[in-house]
Amino acid sequence: MSQSHQQPALSKCPGCEEPLDAGDLFCGACGYDLSAVPARPGDRPTMAITVPPAGAAAPAAEAVRWPAAAETDSSDVPAPVHRPADLPGTDSGGRPLTGPEHGQQPVPEPTGGPGPVSAAGPVGGAESSAVPVRHDDRAAQDGAEHAGDFALAAPDPRTAEHAAAAPAAPAAGAKVCVACRSGRVDPDGYCENCGHAQPRERDHMEQELGSVAAVSDRGLRHHRNEDSFAVSSTALPDGSPAVVAIVCDGVSSASRPDEASAAAASAANESLLESLPRGTHPQQAMHEAIVAASEAVNALAQEPAGAMEHDAHRHQNAPACTLVGAIMAGELLIVGWVGDSRVYWVPEDRTQPTARLTEDDSWAAQMVAAGLMNEAEAYADERAHAITGWLGADAYELEPHTAAFKPDRPGLVVVCTDGLWNYAESAEEMAAAVPADAQQHPLRAAQVLVGHALDGGGHDNVTVALVPFAVRPQGAGSACETV
Amino acid sequence: MANFSKSTVPQFSVEVYQNAFLPEGGREVNAIVTVTSTGGGTTGGTPLADAGPSPGSGAGQGPGAAVVLMVDCSGSMDYPPTKMRNARDATAAAIDTLREGTRFAVVAGTHVAKDVYPGDGRLAVADAQTKARAKDALRKLSAGGGTAIGTWLRLADRLLNSADASIRHGILLTDGRNEHESPEDLRAAVESCAGRFTCDARGVGTDWEVKEVTGIAAGLLGTADIVADPSGLAADFTRMMENAMGKEVADVALRLWTPVGVEIRFVKQVAPTVADLTARRTEAGPRAGDYPTGSWGDESRDYHVCVLVPEAGIGQEMLAARVSLILPDPSGAGTPQTLSQGLVRAVWTDDMVASTSINPQVAHYTGQAELAQVIQQGLDARKSGDFDGATAKLGRAVQLASASGNQDTAKLLSKVVDVVDAATGTVRLKAKVAEADEMTLETRSTKTVRVKK
Repeated sequence: MSQSHQQPALSKCPGCEEPLDAGDLFCGACGYDLSAVPARPGDRPTMAITVPPAGAAAPAAEAVRWPAAAETDSSDVPAPVHRPADLPGTDSGGRPLTGPEHGQQPVPEPTGGPGPVSAAGPVGGAESSAVPVRHDDRAAQDGAEHAGDFALAAPDPRTAEHAAAAPAAPAAGAKVCVACRSGRVDPDGYCENCGHAQPRERDHMEQELGSVAAVSDRGLRHHRNEDSFAVSSTALPDGSPAVVAIVCDGVSSASRPDEASAAAASAANESLLESLPRGTHPQQAMHEAIVAASEAVNALAQEPAGAMEHDAHRHQNAPACTLVGAIMAGELLIVGWVGDSRVYWVPEDRTQPTARLTEDDSWAAQMVAAGLMNEAEAYADERAHAITGWLGADAYELEPHTAAFKPDRPGLVVVCTDGLWNYAESAEEMAAAVPADAQQHPLRAAQVLVGHALDGGGHDNVTVALVPFAVRPQGAGSACETV
Repeated sequence: MANFSKSTVPQFSVEVYQNAFLPEGGREVNAIVTVTSTGGGTTGGTPLADAGPSPGSGAGQGPGAAVVLMVDCSGSMDYPPTKMRNARDATAAAIDTLREGTRFAVVAGTHVAKDVYPGDGRLAVADAQTKARAKDALRKLSAGGGTAIGTWLRLADRLLNSADASIRHGILLTDGRNEHESPEDLRAAVESCAGRFTCDARGVGTDWEVKEVTGIAAGLLGTADIVADPSGLAADFTRMMENAMGKEVADVALRLWTPVGVEIRFVKQVAPTVADLTARRTEAGPRAGDYPTGSWGDESRDYHVCVLVPEAGIGQEMLAARVSLILPDPSGAGTPQTLSQGLVRAVWTDDMVASTSINPQVAHYTGQAELAQVIQQGLDARKSGDFDGATAKLGRAVQLASASGNQDTAKLLSKVVDVVDAATGTVRLKAKVAEADEMTLETRSTKTVRVKK
């Protein structure tokens, strides 16, 4: 997957980025003493500069990875098989969530992000290293890694040190600070020299699974990534594939928003992986998944926060997050949401109309819906982004919204947090930001969209999942029954 | 380290209270570090009179302790004669409180220092016999001569360091000004003794100089207080000795590690009393410095650490300081033992609510430190005849004491000023103030209360 290539100790001056010749002792441009730069440890992970080729963007049916737990538990009430016509789902929540995996494959982002502040010396410039793709362990998804202790935040997403306590990580002593390039990283995740926090695994995450791809980034103004996502694919009972993408945005004003979003995304995903193969109608399954996610977030409120943290400001509210999800099942496109994360539809033929498929639970949306303000006025208001619906123990009333669509032409489903749509609010703007070849290369397109948000200022965490929707030609051997 | 088994060394815990969020361009990071030592062989504040025998620094028997009592025997102690008698009684009471096996000596202080018991330039080991002999020796004490406290401290230092005891403590009683040596001599003596033993200092009556006594206590990491009425001495001495006997681990230092480019604005103890430690740093390796905290029993103290970090952009996070409690290796050679540590962080955010909120602990102790300062300034202004300045400062003190719930200090203030409105700090200076009240306020001005949780 990732490209690794050996690189001479320094190809550029750490101080001014001037290219160096082999054997230089000082930078020819700025006079930086190159001998002061410590040799990079040999076993240091290296960074993927190029995106793994989206070779898996083949027909979805072949790319599907089948989940392990696809059977209906015999003790369960057999789930009724819904027809796509029985649309609005009823709540059947209360199902306990025990969840197997979904593998996330964080790949550090090669560009973008602010320069790290360096107290001691020059900033390490473009890094040439590559990090082997790693699978997030379950502990990280449970939020244990982030439990009240964000010692591992990143000053700079460009660089690739993984300070997170992944089991395979090398000994802490082997790591060198990404900010000053001279201090080692202490066990708490800070540089022993300049004190800068090291990047966490979650600061930038990417995943590509079959035809669906997702990218999440800390952005430029937040000190940690409070967004989370889950993508997976499974099969309906008839054998036709179903693709799931869930995106969650932690509510910053609540406590432990990062844990909330991770728990919600994971719980919703697990719920869908369980119900879809059983034949539950996808829209009903989405409804149940949102309820399950809500319960997972509610459960966090009972857990005590990290012991060493006495941060009154952050501990006033129960953990909370938004959720938006899309399911591509047969010829149906199901969306579900709570909060202000969105789904856009961008047809492959850009001459066709694009659309936003969700209605925000937000102050601005309510103002517009009530006819009190027009959209421009509402979104100009400072209260525009106050959300009126969320997952969390302090939510007034959980109102999962779901909708079903039956696209008649191929297109791209963009599932994203406001960190992206703030920079491409209207459906047209979003379509303009999506690269033309997004259908074929969803991961690259997702990276481009995150880059769009970072270029715009990156004021919030940015997360986007892309689900290419292919309309199969008639009689192509699809097992999907048409209604 | 064999003696420092779990049973005798208290467990230290460090908690950090701070708002880590800084606005863009923000540099100042404030944190309150609460250090609590519990468990071990400490008594939790119960009297130690009946504690079992503890022969010195015998293995497993707790750390050896040594105490020197310094009693003022200058001529003024005879005016009134009850003063000398009460001092003798108080010293006897303190001797009674000594734990069996503790090394001790009694020094009679005048313009010279004389160890009246045991008198051979060494320390006696406390048992029933030595205690009785020490009290006999006290009866022979008589008042006469001058006051040179520096010589008392230097003798106490020689005596305490003649024995191998980890807890070394002095108790000093004076009733007059340090008239028979220069202030520089006293200061030099305190400096030379700093770190070698801890010392509580008491002024009896009202003829002594508050700044001399508080200076000794601050320099030697002990407490200072006034005993205006000599009859209260015995109870106070007993309490001091119990406190000293409760100490389990000595020479603990607060180690502050800061990254490159971080500037330390101050390090203060803020509870139970305010004491600025900033200037008392000793370097301890790269970017780390140790601040002395003396010896610890079952207790909790708060420190206020303020550092300036280099500016960083929104979204950045850094470690502003690492605070640890350090116990030096007894042999002096090995690496010190880290008892506990906490992290002070800085996170830059554009969330105004986060970056502008002030941690309640930091706010509380900032107020307590200001309270101590304005009392001192107000009393100084009053002495120099600047009554307007004194009224303003003491008014502010009344306001702070009332707002923070420091009732002891509020009560002391109300003996110096007439409080018109505590909430706004409106006060009138009292025309007539008892000298004892003013000295009590000055001596106890550094006492703080903890934040209500």
